[in-house]
Amino acid sequence: MADDTSAMANALAHPSHWQPAWRHAGWTVLGNTGIALALTVSTREGFWVNWVYSQCIGLAIWALIDLGRYALNHQGWPGPWRMSALVLAGTLAGYALGSAVGSFLLGRPLGSLMRLPEGTGGFLLLSLAAAGAATFVFTQRGLLAHARLEQAQAQQQASEAQLRLLESQLEPHMLFNTLANLRALIATDPPRAIDMLDRLNAYLRATLAASRADAQAHTLAREFERLDDYLALMAVRMGPRLRYRLNLPPELAAHPLPPLLLQPLVENAIRHGLEPAVAGGEIEVGAAQEGGALRLTVRDSGVGHDGPPQAGFGLTQVRERLQTAYGNAAQLDWRSAAGHGSQATLTLPLQTPATPRP
Amino acid sequence: MNATALIAEDEPLLAAALQAELARAWPDLRVLATAGDGETALSQALALQPDLLFLDIRMPGLSGLEVAEELADAWPSGQPLPVLVFATAYDQYAVKAFEAQALDYLLKPVQAERLAVTVQRAQAALAQRRQGLDDPTLQRLRALLAAAPEPAPAHGRLRVIQASVGQTLRLVPVDEVLVLQAADKYVRVLTAQDELLVRTPLKELLARLDPEAFWPIHRGTVLRATAIERVERTEAGRLVARLRQRPEPWPVSRLHEARFRAM
Repeated sequence: MADDTSAMANALAHPSHWQPAWRHAGWTVLGNTGIALALTVSTREGFWVNWVYSQCIGLAIWALIDLGRYALNHQGWPGPWRMSALVLAGTLAGYALGSAVGSFLLGRPLGSLMRLPEGTGGFLLLSLAAAGAATFVFTQRGLLAHARLEQAQAQQQASEAQLRLLESQLEPHMLFNTLANLRALIATDPPRAIDMLDRLNAYLRATLAASRADAQAHTLAREFERLDDYLALMAVRMGPRLRYRLNLPPELAAHPLPPLLLQPLVENAIRHGLEPAVAGGEIEVGAAQEGGALRLTVRDSGVGHDGPPQAGFGLTQVRERLQTAYGNAAQLDWRSAAGHGSQATLTLPLQTPATPRP
Repeated sequence: MNATALIAEDEPLLAAALQAELARAWPDLRVLATAGDGETALSQALALQPDLLFLDIRMPGLSGLEVAEELADAWPSGQPLPVLVFATAYDQYAVKAFEAQALDYLLKPVQAERLAVTVQRAQAALAQRRQGLDDPTLQRLRALLAAAPEPAPAHGRLRVIQASVGQTLRLVPVDEVLVLQAADKYVRVLTAQDELLVRTPLKELLARLDPEAFWPIHRGTVLRATAIERVERTEAGRLVARLRQRPEPWPVSRLHEARFRAM
């Protein structure tokens, strides 16, 4: 209970919760006035008396329900059943409270409303209907606004992630050094220059395609082709300092994969593992089926790193993409030790191969 | 006698390409060697003493800037430093710093017209090379390193150094620290009687210490200013600092000599 109270206090302390609450109060006052008008037409009571009672009862019911929903759920959306119970209880309590306050304000004896010839039941039913209708409308509007906000946030997160992916792939250092090597090869070894240009072409095309939301059906086979392009470009640059192996079992070739998911891990292996190593080293990328899981590994024999991964390692970005694509069903494990290289392991749910598109 | 050069570049094709372009732009220049990593570049430069040194910034081992710093330090006094030309594919900050200190640099891919400008500048510099403290290369390098950005202090000033010794965590007030010295993967923290090892890199520690209280005197050494008793010049012409409370001599690098001048 203490938790509920503090949750409610938190919710109420939040200005974004107050804005809809005041709007709800405004509509309640307007609705109460309408009810008072209708009662004035249909009963012998004067408009002023009806208006005071309507406002007191209506506002009491509104306050109990609008505050009560934060007591039941810190976001203010307790769900349909608890909400219905809240409307019923809030109406009864609000009716009793509001009629007492109204009687006090009008200088009438307490409970005088109860003795009106039309009977209490009619008023109660009227209050219940009004409260139920208002709650339904407010809740639907609130939920809709909430859903829109969440959708907008999700879209923004997705586009930010795509932008970061694009930035990391089109790293200027990689691009300009590759162009410098290409320039050197054009003069000395034209056939190799052409091969390098073709691979750069494929790499850039895949990078731009992956950064778009409507990326085509991507498979492990395509992913490994792109890694081969990237590693071949790096091998031209690094010469004998880079050796690499790609092991993709044929039965996993058609397995679907978010495009360039492994790319940042291979880049890490180069940038933080092999580039700082004077003698260079080896990179091995593998895929294997283990039970119901797909296991992808990127291993390097570079300098390694003690302690937790540093901010620039791009692991957060990979984890975000895993979360988007697989929820909690996928894992990224990263191990490294100074002098012993690093290994990143992705564990994904094994999926039935996508049917080939016509 | 023909001018000599050393090329430090870790990508073999780029090293060969630069050498080929240089052969066209400066036929009389003799390229003595190419080095594929920072440490080889440093030892080769010290051994071969070229007139001109092309230094790639990103290299395994030592970076181009670190090679320059170590070279200035280990270079025999009485000999002018080589003319330095840095090379980078895309280091925006470094490029600005080089421009500010009038140090020459090449952007990769290297283009013939731009290389011709570098050749002209290097020839002019070699023609009027001076030695000693007034060596223009040394002055520019010193200004470059002084202008290097300090990493922003992450958690404010450091008051206590925490070092694990076996299963124990030892705490030493920064006020008692006399020397910080980078050693392999550790930093040695020396007080009057004690020595501890911490894993935090020296650069990170330095960013959280008062720059008035702790003076860098070498690439890997920082001394508490008030603990220094005297600074003497050895017979080899090098400066050495001595502390009041510790017996070891602390060599001052040529890049940091300017700090020690009589008032």
